[in-house]
Amino acid sequence: MTLELAAAKGQRMTQPAQSAHSPLSIRGLTVSYGQKPAVFSVDMTVPPGAMTAIIGPNGAGKSTLLKAALGIVKPLSGRVEVFGTPLAAQRSRVAYVPQRASIDWDFPARVIDVVLMGLYRQLGLLGRLRASHKAQAMDCLERVGMADFSERQIGQLSGGQQQRVFLARALAQDADLYLLDEPFAGVDAATEKAIIAVLKSLREDGKTVVAVHHDLATVRDYFDHVFLINTTRIAEGPVDEAFTAETLQAAYGGRLATAQVDQLARALG
Amino acid sequence: MSGAEFVPISLPPLLIGIFAAVACALPGNFLLLRRQALIGDAISHVVLPGIVVAFLVTGVISTWPMMVGAAAAAIVAVVLIEAIRRLGRIEPGAAMGVVFTSMFAAGVLLLEQSDTSSVHLDVEHALYGNLESLIWLDATGWASLWDLDALAHLPPELPRMAITLVVVALFTTLFWRPLKLSTFDEGFARTLGLRTDLLGLALVIVAAVAAVAAFDAVGSIIVIAMFICPPAAARMMTNRLEHQVGWSVLFAVLSAVGGYVLAGYGPLWLGAQDAVSAAGMIATISGLILALTALFGPCRARSGAPQDA
Amino acid sequence: MIADALLLQLGYNATLVAIGATLLGLAAGAAGTFLFLRKRALVSDAISHATLPGVGLAFIVMVAMGGDGRNLLGLLAGSALSAWIGLLCLGWLVRRTRLAEDAAIGAVLSVFFGFGIVILTVIQTMSSGRQAGLESFLLGSTAGMLRADAAIIAIGGAIIVALIVLLRRPMTLVAFDADFAVAQGLPVARLDLAMMGLVMAVTVVGLKIVGLILIVALLIIPPVTARFWSERSDRVVLLSGLVGGLSGFVGAAVSASAPNLPTGPIIVLVSFAFFVASLLLAPGRGVLAEVLRHLRFRKRVHLRQGLLALAQGQPIYEPLTLRLLRRAGLARADGVATETGRARAAKALRDERRWQVVRGDQAYEAVAALYDGLRDIETVLTGDQIAEVDRVIGRPQGVPA
Repeated sequence: MTLELAAAKGQRMTQPAQSAHSPLSIRGLTVSYGQKPAVFSVDMTVPPGAMTAIIGPNGAGKSTLLKAALGIVKPLSGRVEVFGTPLAAQRSRVAYVPQRASIDWDFPARVIDVVLMGLYRQLGLLGRLRASHKAQAMDCLERVGMADFSERQIGQLSGGQQQRVFLARALAQDADLYLLDEPFAGVDAATEKAIIAVLKSLREDGKTVVAVHHDLATVRDYFDHVFLINTTRIAEGPVDEAFTAETLQAAYGGRLATAQVDQLARALG
Repeated sequence: MSGAEFVPISLPPLLIGIFAAVACALPGNFLLLRRQALIGDAISHVVLPGIVVAFLVTGVISTWPMMVGAAAAAIVAVVLIEAIRRLGRIEPGAAMGVVFTSMFAAGVLLLEQSDTSSVHLDVEHALYGNLESLIWLDATGWASLWDLDALAHLPPELPRMAITLVVVALFTTLFWRPLKLSTFDEGFARTLGLRTDLLGLALVIVAAVAAVAAFDAVGSIIVIAMFICPPAAARMMTNRLEHQVGWSVLFAVLSAVGGYVLAGYGPLWLGAQDAVSAAGMIATISGLILALTALFGPCRARSGAPQDA
Repeated sequence: MIADALLLQLGYNATLVAIGATLLGLAAGAAGTFLFLRKRALVSDAISHATLPGVGLAFIVMVAMGGDGRNLLGLLAGSALSAWIGLLCLGWLVRRTRLAEDAAIGAVLSVFFGFGIVILTVIQTMSSGRQAGLESFLLGSTAGMLRADAAIIAIGGAIIVALIVLLRRPMTLVAFDADFAVAQGLPVARLDLAMMGLVMAVTVVGLKIVGLILIVALLIIPPVTARFWSERSDRVVLLSGLVGGLSGFVGAAVSASAPNLPTGPIIVLVSFAFFVASLLLAPGRGVLAEVLRHLRFRKRVHLRQGLLALAQGQPIYEPLTLRLLRRAGLARADGVATETGRARAAKALRDERRWQVVRGDQAYEAVAALYDGLRDIETVLTGDQIAEVDRVIGRPQGVPA
């Protein structure tokens, strides 16, 4: 995959139409806050059963792209398809982990309450909360190593623990497509390990994972695909092809600090 | 006190006070957590212009047109606040301040301009109601509770407030999960397909209905105090939403009973002759409860921002 | 009659009230701006409602001491004291408990007001309390105002205005950026206190004219109105004072011109009229300007995206895009580009590639930050620079195809 706009699009257009629909496909998406587009005319096709990182400098529109894909912010133009149909028909197949900082953690709820929120589509308005639901939620907490904390108030957790609770809630949704907004931001090393292990196990189960990611040094270790964005799409493809010094230069321009470049040089070998 | 005295004079205002307090406290819990606590304040201020306009349109002082007028004014106010906040990019507090003061001013002006001085419609009544006057003349004692003829002459505020409470409680129960979800994490709720905007509007409308019904019975101060004080005090007692709502109901009932009793008998105990405003006293008691929980409640302190381990 | 009133021809008292209302509006507008800029506008609501118990208690104390309970200075002193206690409670709740400021405001205002009503009903039962007329503090009343009272209001307003003029620089700094003000060595805590003191003084002085429920309007509406017209905080303070003063003057004059026109509500409604006009018509932040800007912006986005799609032979999904292209004569109804359309599309694509080069090149860092998908590259680069960029595009090794 290359920087060349026309060539890249041409290539994607030749993808066989009869193959399984992409878990997430975005066409011509423009989102703006005020008078400056945060995301401009972006196309994106997420490959199924893989882990994709959305990468770009601060303010490049990474989170906005995710939020527009989920219908949380309203785009100025463009369309989003999830497994080949509009999002509304596929809500139960999509799980979302928002940025930890976007939440009021002083809310009166326990860890288990938050995870049970992930079962909302199963429970509905008035469905009885059964022991099996609780067991399901506990199982999800177990997978992220937080089972011992189920009765804690969420405000009393560390940042990493809160992030794991959010991941457990997403697991409870039992979706096919997982969208995560900066899951590794401000978490401890143990949490990062635990989260990546869970994400990889999801991939093994054939699920698709898309995460906004910050740390360029770990991209190669964690992800199969990358999507580089800086307001517009810069590059997209398997890590080996699309995550190169050239694409990074194009995405980050002068903003790629020297330290980061050194770090990358090592990461890229 | 004997039933012959208690049932006609004290029971109806006591029940109306309790129903009003609980009906306001229930939505108040969610408004508090959504940082919309002052919506109650705004709603209770715009009730006055609502009833004045209703009176000017219909030309009669009767309850239903006025309640409709008040509810309509509350909805107009909420829509205006939201519109001004978005269109003018103004912080919600200031947008609220602009709308409810202007509408209140318009209400007072209309009141002065119209010939309502002859009828019982004045600002003070709107502000602090007259809980004490809601008595049940046909009751003769506890037996009257089973006497259909007597029941037919209950003060109409009582069944109205009871129905309002049932509506509010039903709404809270029915939409408990979506309310909790969207209050905690609106973005996530939207990815589940919940219409968080409509839910937010519904919550405010239910709050407005509670405010209007309660205002009619007890004036607008209790309304503001009951929206905020019992839920705020309850928040100091627990870290679980379910328990918080339970505590808030308890505190609302305590305020209503304590306020009514103190207003009626407190002055007598102190040797004075006349009772003081029950609505004002109920608000005062709810404030005292809040003060106590703020000083001693087990969960009074913020959990604070978590440290990144 | 209104003309007479506006020209202060209605007698000594009305004139004094008009001057007092003008000064009050001026002071309220300016003091309210500091509160508004700190995003604490509704604190004034708590302050004003918290004055009520003070008014009542002051009356009781003055009567108990054998004086006239209606002495305005005494009542105002009482109201200031209880407003101050309300502020202390508010601050304590926010600092020491988990309550957010809005909840604390609501709790303080409703509880103090409720307690105030209890006191008022106590006064009504006192033998000297029947004609106390303290209810007039709820909504204000200038009818039958004593000459001395009018003088107190005018003098009080003048003093507050003078204090604001004196303190405007440091308070503007604090309101704009408290952290910076701390770094500058300003006593921020004390200035905050002074700000609250001023707001309280405005409230207390305004009790008699506009009443405690509506004084909030004078502290909030003028700043919000002024904010539409300027991005500079010192100008917002000035404009807000002007709006407030003008509202006070016009309101008092109109109210004096006919019966049944209560001063407080009229002043509030005049300032609300200023607000509505500004909300709709202000050139920068006004709604009309904003809507026009957004429509233009949306058109630019869609045209640009449409041209890029045309250039790359992609289908156009959005009906709006196609409509705009057709109206601009760039495409036919079936989505095929016209002659001009093809030329413009080619240019758009070429510009997009130029931008890619610019954004990937450290030498153009400053320019690259301007990229938003819409800006014409000619507006940020010289002809020579563009030629340079084009040479890079032409080179095969820079951009693998």
